[in-house]
Amino acid sequence: MSAAAILPRRNVSRIYALEAKYEFLKLWRIPAFVLPTLGYAPVFYLLFGFAIKGPDRALRAVYLLATYGAFGVIGAALFCLGNGVATERGQGWMLWKRSTPMPTSAYLAAKAAVALAFASILVAVLFTLGATLGGVRLPLATWAELAAVLIAGAIPFCAVGLALGYLAGPNSAPAVINLIYLPASLLSGLWLPIHMLPRVLQNVAVWLPPYHFGQLALRVLGLAREGGSGWVDAAALAATAVAGLAAAAVLMRRDDGRTYG
Amino acid sequence: MRIEPIESKSAPPAELLGAVKRYGAVTALAGVDLRVRRGEVLALLGPNGAGKTTAVQLLLGLLPPDAGTARVFGRDPRRPANRVRLGAMLQISKVPETLRVGEHLRLAASYYPAPLPLAELVAVAGLAGLEERPFGKLSGGQRQRVLFALALAGGPDLLVLDEPTAGLDVETRRSLWTAIRRLADGGRTVLLTTHYLEEADALADRIVLLGGGRILADGTPAEIKARARGRRVRCVTVLPAAELAAWPGVIAARQEGAAVELLTAAVEPLVARLLARDPGLRDLEVSGAGLEEAFLVLTAPAESEVAA
Repeated sequence: MSAAAILPRRNVSRIYALEAKYEFLKLWRIPAFVLPTLGYAPVFYLLFGFAIKGPDRALRAVYLLATYGAFGVIGAALFCLGNGVATERGQGWMLWKRSTPMPTSAYLAAKAAVALAFASILVAVLFTLGATLGGVRLPLATWAELAAVLIAGAIPFCAVGLALGYLAGPNSAPAVINLIYLPASLLSGLWLPIHMLPRVLQNVAVWLPPYHFGQLALRVLGLAREGGSGWVDAAALAATAVAGLAAAAVLMRRDDGRTYG
Repeated sequence: MRIEPIESKSAPPAELLGAVKRYGAVTALAGVDLRVRRGEVLALLGPNGAGKTTAVQLLLGLLPPDAGTARVFGRDPRRPANRVRLGAMLQISKVPETLRVGEHLRLAASYYPAPLPLAELVAVAGLAGLEERPFGKLSGGQRQRVLFALALAGGPDLLVLDEPTAGLDVETRRSLWTAIRRLADGGRTVLLTTHYLEEADALADRIVLLGGGRILADGTPAEIKARARGRRVRCVTVLPAAELAAWPGVIAARQEGAAVELLTAAVEPLVARLLARDPGLRDLEVSGAGLEEAFLVLTAPAESEVAA
C-alpha cells in the first residue's frame, strides 16, 4: 500500500522548485559568498586579460575568457556544494531536513541548480566584460557554445564539491576547498596559459580535471593544445563526476546520524 | 477509491522493538522496546548519554538500528515518504540565517501533503509579526520558537521534540510548555526527550526512564516517583563524604558544610552502619527524596539494589 493511497498528495515538483528558490536566496543574501564567487574570476580576467598591454592582448582576451570562465565556474560549484553541505552538516540543519519527508534528492538538486545559476551569472559577467572592454568578437554560435560548455562543466565539480562537503569539517571546509581548488586551477592552466608553465607541470596537468575543463572550453575557440582530444577531455570530466558521486555516497553513509557541537 | 490500510489505524505512532544501536564500542541502545500510544505525551527521561537522542533518531529514520526495528505508524521511517505524519524539533544550533521566518515556514510546509496554514502556524508558535525577519536577527527564544514551528509545519500526528527547552530561559520554557500541552490536548501525540524532571512531570502523561541504553522505568509521573523509594539522609559526622560515597547502598554523597547528605534506597542498614562507625554522629535527619533524587536512585548501578 503506498502512502499516496491514504494521504492527500503533496506536490513533489513544488518541493524541488521551492528548495532551489530558497537555496538561491539564502546564498544571494550573503555578500561573503557572492562577491568572491562572482568577483574573483572577472577581476583576474580584467587584470591579466586586458589591463596588461601588449601585442598579444587581443588573443589573451579571448583565451582567458575560456580559462577564467572555467576557473570561476569550478569555484561556484565547489563552494555551493562543498561549503553549503559542510556548513549545514555542522549546524545540524541537514539532520533536521533529513527528519522531514523532503526527498534527499531535492536538497542536493537544489544545491546543484543554484551552482549552475551562479555559474550562468558568472559567465554572463565575463562575456559582458570580454565583449565590451576586451573587444572580443565571436560569432553568436561560438558565444552560445562556449557558454554551454562552461555552464555544463559545473556538473562534475558539483559532484566533487558534494564529496568535499561530506569530507571536510564544517569549519575547515572553505580552507580545504581552497587548498585543492586554487593550486589545481593554477596547475591546470586556468590562470596562465598552460604552455607558459614549466614542462614538468604541464605533464602533471593532464591528470587534473580542471585542465580538461579548460581545454574543452578552449576547443570551442580553436585554442586547445595540439594533440589533445575533446573526447578525452569529456571522458575525464565524466569520470570526475562519477568518482565525485561515488565518494560522496560513501562519505554520506559515514556521516549518517553524526552530529556536531 | 481510498482504502485505509488496517496497519495505519491500529499501528502505534512510534514503536521500537528490540532496538540496538552501537557507536563503535559504545552501546547507545541495548535492546529497547518502546511504544508511543496515540494521543499521549510521552517523556523519555534520562541523563546525557542515556540513549534518548539515539532513540529519537531511530524513530525519525535518521539512523538504522543495528538490530531490532523502528516503526512510525507501522512504517519504516527510513523512507522519506513515511515521515509525512511526523514533525521533529532537534537539538540544532542554527538554520540558514539569511532566510526569513516566513520563507523557512513556507519551505517546510511544502514537504507535507496537509500542512498547517501559515497564519495558524505563526499564531501557535508565537511568531506573529516576525515573518519578515531573517532567522539570524532573532533572539534565542524566538529561534527556538521557529524550530518548534518547523516541527509543526506539516500538521503532524506525531510531534517529536528532542530536548525542546534546553538552554531556554524560564519564561520561554513555560510558554513552550503551554504550546506543547495545547497541541496534546488537541489530539496530537507527543514524544519528547528531556533531562529536566520538572519538564517531564509538567508535560508528560507517561515517563519512560532511560539509562545506559536501557529502559529503567515506565509509568506515570506519580508511579515513577512511588517506585523510587529514595531517601535523603543528612547528618554531621567525622566520616568523609568521599568515603561514604563508596559504601554499599549509597547512591550519592555530598558534603554540605559540616554535614553530609547521602542518597539511598535503603535507609535502615545505612543508618545502622553510620552509627556503628561514628558514635559521635549527630543531627541525623531522614527525608523523602524529590523527583531529582528519585531519578538518581532509579539510574544508580544495580549494586545499590543488592545492598537494599
